[in-house]
Amino acid sequence: MIAIWKHELKNYFHTLTAYVFGGFLLAAVGIGAMLYNIQAAVSNFEFVLSFSSLIFVVIVPLLTMRVIAEERKQKTDQLLYSLPITSAQIVVGKYLALITVYLIPLCIIAVYPLIFARFGDVYLPTSYGSILAFFIMGAAFLALGVFMSSLTDNQGFAAGIGVAVILVNYYSVSLSEYVSKTALGSAVSLCVIILALGTVIKHLTQNENLAYGVSFVLTAATAITCLTDRTKFEGLLPAIMTELSLFDRFTGFINGVFDMTSIVYYGSVIVFFLFLSIQSLEKRRYN
Amino acid sequence: MIELSHLTKRYGAHTAVSDLSFTVDSGQIYGFLGPNGAGKSTTMNIMAGCLSATEGRVSIDGYNIFEEPGRAKRLIGYLPEQPPLYMNETPWEYLRFVGEAKGLRGHELERQIKDVIQQTKIEDAASQRIFALSKGYKQRVGIAQALLGNPRVIILDEPTVGLDPIQIIEIRDLIKELGQSHTVIFSSHILSEVQTICDQIIMIAKGRLAAFDTPENLEKSLLAPNEVILTSEAAANEVQVLLDSVDHITGLTLSENAAGLVTARIQTDLNDVHDLSRAVFSAFSSGGKTLLELTVKKANLEEVFIELAHAEEEAAESEVAKA
Repeated sequence: MIAIWKHELKNYFHTLTAYVFGGFLLAAVGIGAMLYNIQAAVSNFEFVLSFSSLIFVVIVPLLTMRVIAEERKQKTDQLLYSLPITSAQIVVGKYLALITVYLIPLCIIAVYPLIFARFGDVYLPTSYGSILAFFIMGAAFLALGVFMSSLTDNQGFAAGIGVAVILVNYYSVSLSEYVSKTALGSAVSLCVIILALGTVIKHLTQNENLAYGVSFVLTAATAITCLTDRTKFEGLLPAIMTELSLFDRFTGFINGVFDMTSIVYYGSVIVFFLFLSIQSLEKRRYN
Repeated sequence: MIELSHLTKRYGAHTAVSDLSFTVDSGQIYGFLGPNGAGKSTTMNIMAGCLSATEGRVSIDGYNIFEEPGRAKRLIGYLPEQPPLYMNETPWEYLRFVGEAKGLRGHELERQIKDVIQQTKIEDAASQRIFALSKGYKQRVGIAQALLGNPRVIILDEPTVGLDPIQIIEIRDLIKELGQSHTVIFSSHILSEVQTICDQIIMIAKGRLAAFDTPENLEKSLLAPNEVILTSEAAANEVQVLLDSVDHITGLTLSENAAGLVTARIQTDLNDVHDLSRAVFSAFSSGGKTLLELTVKKANLEEVFIELAHAEEEAAESEVAKA
């Protein structure tokens, strides 16, 4: 795992990806700090982070697109499979390298509140609480990016899907106001989500029976619940969209609430996508 | 050393490897032979732990590759068909990574990297980027990678494909050299190559084991010579008459070349083909006709190979027909 981590890290610094990633992140936060802290003379650093969080849409796929897709394209995944290391070690090693690359600009950003504190009243606990949350949210997006990269051997495709998913996630709260709030609408969209889940299961496991089974059971459960108690579904879809939004949870930290449930949520997202990435890698062994 | 039992690999409806069983002993060079698409790469991928099997088991020195992959893989060095190289690294950096992933550290790592670089003769390329190296060098870097960690078995998938004749000879020499200290299994579809380097030949066709023996035995058992070729100055009809008087001839083809010489290919059902030579010689001498050449056709693995592949194909077809 350490070998993978070192190797990946070396690669990021060899290929300039780490510099571009760090540069973008620092530029976004820098512009935010200029606008809020310097021009508007607001002493809350957390607003800057809120402003610059949109940059994840660009920089996360930029960093993660090649992580597994490139190995497939160059056939070096064959080497990884033949080495005495597990798929979990490969994925976690690669992920830790991404986290390391991400932490470097973040360490620089962590100095900003201290600098501002010399010239005004900065409430440091909220600033650093937000920076920590910003880090964990970014880490969750990186895990998502790793999974996108594990699905294909085409970097461009991995990046494209990554941008789309993070962008939808960013706007999902605003969008949730426009989607159907009725029980039927929610039930139908829930079925669509279930079918999408089934497709992912089929793709990952190559087991059609399992995919059909899971889809069928979940669809049936949805249908039965919908028939017995329609009220359960009212407003469900917008609620799900809000719940799934990683960006929305970050707002709480900006408002000065260090919410542990959100931290656990981000943690679960990381574990979930890394798990799927490992499965995606394992799947290659089967066909 | 390596034991395959009832190994089967299916891709959906297609069966790539079917009920394959054999045992590989240590300290020998094994040639893995078969036409393209026979299941060579699939079998090697499974042996190296890169691919799962649908059924059956593979054990390396007693460790099951599916159940204890960590231990089993330490005993194997594997070079896939396309050398898995990170193009923007130097061989040195690349080998360092592979070595670390194989659990080597510190001085031991440095020592082994130096050793394999020397062994594969890539000293002068060790600090150039891999993408700039020639195909032969890339292949060597791939082999060097497989040698790290001093594995007991080296598996090489078509190591000489796409190389020029000089590079091929160099890689063959390297394989021979490796054979002195490791068990080597390498695949190829070039027969002469396998014949010259290997102690044992594993031949597969259509995912099944077609033959497993030494090159000499394969020639002897599978292609006992049964054909005599003669060239005579006599006219074609005279040759025909003379040969009609010889017993045990099961097949005869006559041909005449531009210079008026007649060539006959004679097949026999005699156990010793030399008996046929004797009979033909005495027939010609008593008939007073000259024989310019009389040769027993040498056994040739190429034909064994084609024959086996063909036989397997027929067997598979008849099985399908039965089903």
